[in-house]
Amino acid sequence: MDESLLKLDNVTKDYGARIRTTALCGINLVVERGEFVALIGPSGSGKSTLLNVIGLLDRPTSGHVFLAGTDTTELNDVKLTGLRANSLGYVFQFHHLLPAFTALENVMLPGWADEGFSSRTMREQAEELLASVGLADRMRFRTTDLSGGQQQRVAIARALSRRPPLVLADEPTGNLDTVSANEIFELMRKFNREDGTTFLVVTHDERIAARCSRVVEIVDGLIRNDRLNAPATAATFQSPK
Amino acid sequence: MPFAWFVALRYLRDARGQTALILSAVAVGVAVVVFLSALINGLQASLIDKTLGTQAHITLHTPREVPRPIVLATRTLAIARVVQPASQRLRSIDGWSGVVTDVERLAGIIAMSPMVTGFGFAVRSEAKEAIAIRGVIPERLLAIIDIRKRMVAGLFDVTGDSVVIGSTLAQALDARVGEKIHIVTTEGADEAATISGIFTVGNEGANKAWVITSLRHAQSLYGLPGGATALEVKVADVFNAEGVARALHERTGLEADSWMKQNAELLSGLTAQNNSKLLIQFFVILAVALGITSVLAVSVVQKSREIGILRGVGTPSRRVLAVFLIQGGVLGLIGSFIGSGMGAILAKLFEALGRSANGEPQFPVTLSLSLFVSASMLATSVGLLAAVIPAIRASHIDPATAIRNG
Repeated sequence: MDESLLKLDNVTKDYGARIRTTALCGINLVVERGEFVALIGPSGSGKSTLLNVIGLLDRPTSGHVFLAGTDTTELNDVKLTGLRANSLGYVFQFHHLLPAFTALENVMLPGWADEGFSSRTMREQAEELLASVGLADRMRFRTTDLSGGQQQRVAIARALSRRPPLVLADEPTGNLDTVSANEIFELMRKFNREDGTTFLVVTHDERIAARCSRVVEIVDGLIRNDRLNAPATAATFQSPK
Repeated sequence: MPFAWFVALRYLRDARGQTALILSAVAVGVAVVVFLSALINGLQASLIDKTLGTQAHITLHTPREVPRPIVLATRTLAIARVVQPASQRLRSIDGWSGVVTDVERLAGIIAMSPMVTGFGFAVRSEAKEAIAIRGVIPERLLAIIDIRKRMVAGLFDVTGDSVVIGSTLAQALDARVGEKIHIVTTEGADEAATISGIFTVGNEGANKAWVITSLRHAQSLYGLPGGATALEVKVADVFNAEGVARALHERTGLEADSWMKQNAELLSGLTAQNNSKLLIQFFVILAVALGITSVLAVSVVQKSREIGILRGVGTPSRRVLAVFLIQGGVLGLIGSFIGSGMGAILAKLFEALGRSANGEPQFPVTLSLSLFVSASMLATSVGLLAAVIPAIRASHIDPATAIRNG
């Protein structure tokens, strides 16, 4: 498999039926396996839209999104749902856990929803993941009873529960204090290093961006800058070819 | 546990207030349906019971006699004739015991009772009362109308010259059990008889006129040795009595009158009652359905972000659909259990409250398992149907929009 994990080919996205707003005006982007990419840019620049398009939550107006070589623009809703369940993990801002469920149930959710039934393996893997994000003693807590940092750990565990090759995170540290934000970032880096999971992180935080292996800057729906952060991130360049 | 069930039940448990509210709405609706059915079915059963308590489902008797011409018209012979209607005399059914054995074997026929019926007078000192004599074979009559249960004095005994008479007649004659009365028949017979028992039935006409005696005794009173003037029939399905009556007419050539034909007004009353019951139940169920729909629709709006997340992490839309359908069905089912219980208690209370002088309930209710089963099935399917629109809406939620707006 020599194809890239993610490839965007001239992707555009318009909103609105009468007054058209262009959010993305032709994005070309290739992300290789094992990268840890920061997506930065001012508010309204199209970062979140791009993340939704990559995350197969939104369809592009034109252009193609290839995920592990598959052209996703050709797929129907059922197939897209299946890809979302199995190939992608999502870390949204802290309020995107399901409040009616416990931490463990939230982590089991993607697999459970995809397969229809829960299994012991599913539960054991979820427990293992929660333990690895340091929440072994909080598994049975409702997510509303957890702190912001803990909630975001649950979200990371949930994103990783299906072992997807690509995890998308939208401002994962946006609502956290500096200490928690740092912990969450380190956690993602750990999974990136140890399991080779590719991360694409939208962030406002310059300090976070500076610690990613690659920084893509979006302005007005276009990639203005795409640079590699050399020093502390040598590991990311050992990604399989 | 299946995913959709797990999520549906968790949502119901989590939105406790909403769930309790809609459950009570369903329960009240089902309670009304159950209560109304129990009451109306009970009233109808008791009405029919009273009507059929003294009346056979079907009575077979000889056809009316018609005059037969002696000379028939031919091509060359025209006849001018004045026809005088034949006077009807008391006649026996030809070969009635053969008819009994033949009809009794048919499916849907429970019992048959041959009888000789005729009119006359009962005389005791100065009192003279018009009576209807019914000569019967006791065990056969009892299989159709259980007079023994309606005895108010004495015993049901028609052996020898013993007769059993209605309570109003006994009062009019001022006669008690063990006393003698004279029976004068339309055929001119005049015999003494001993009163062995007095009965009261729901039908005042019977209380006032009936004198029950043995078949043999009545045969001798009317000069019909070995005869029977009518055959009473009990059928399994009382509401099909008319159909059976027509079939029996075809089969035997005898006139067959069903209770339904004789009580057409009662039947149309019952039908009207049934229709109004159904109408009320329909609107109650409709209100319940709208309640479920609106609560679930609100819940879909409230949860649209969560549904977006579920869709986002890879939940197929058919499972989101199932989550809300299950909620509707479960609300209907559980609500129907509570409602059935409430309805049953209400019905029993109502029955206990209104009692007539003799201790019998004024509003008898009929509670059957089938009523509860059908109420539960109805409520569950109404819940499912009511959930269809909210569920479809939920399954169409666009994950990107829902998450973005969150």
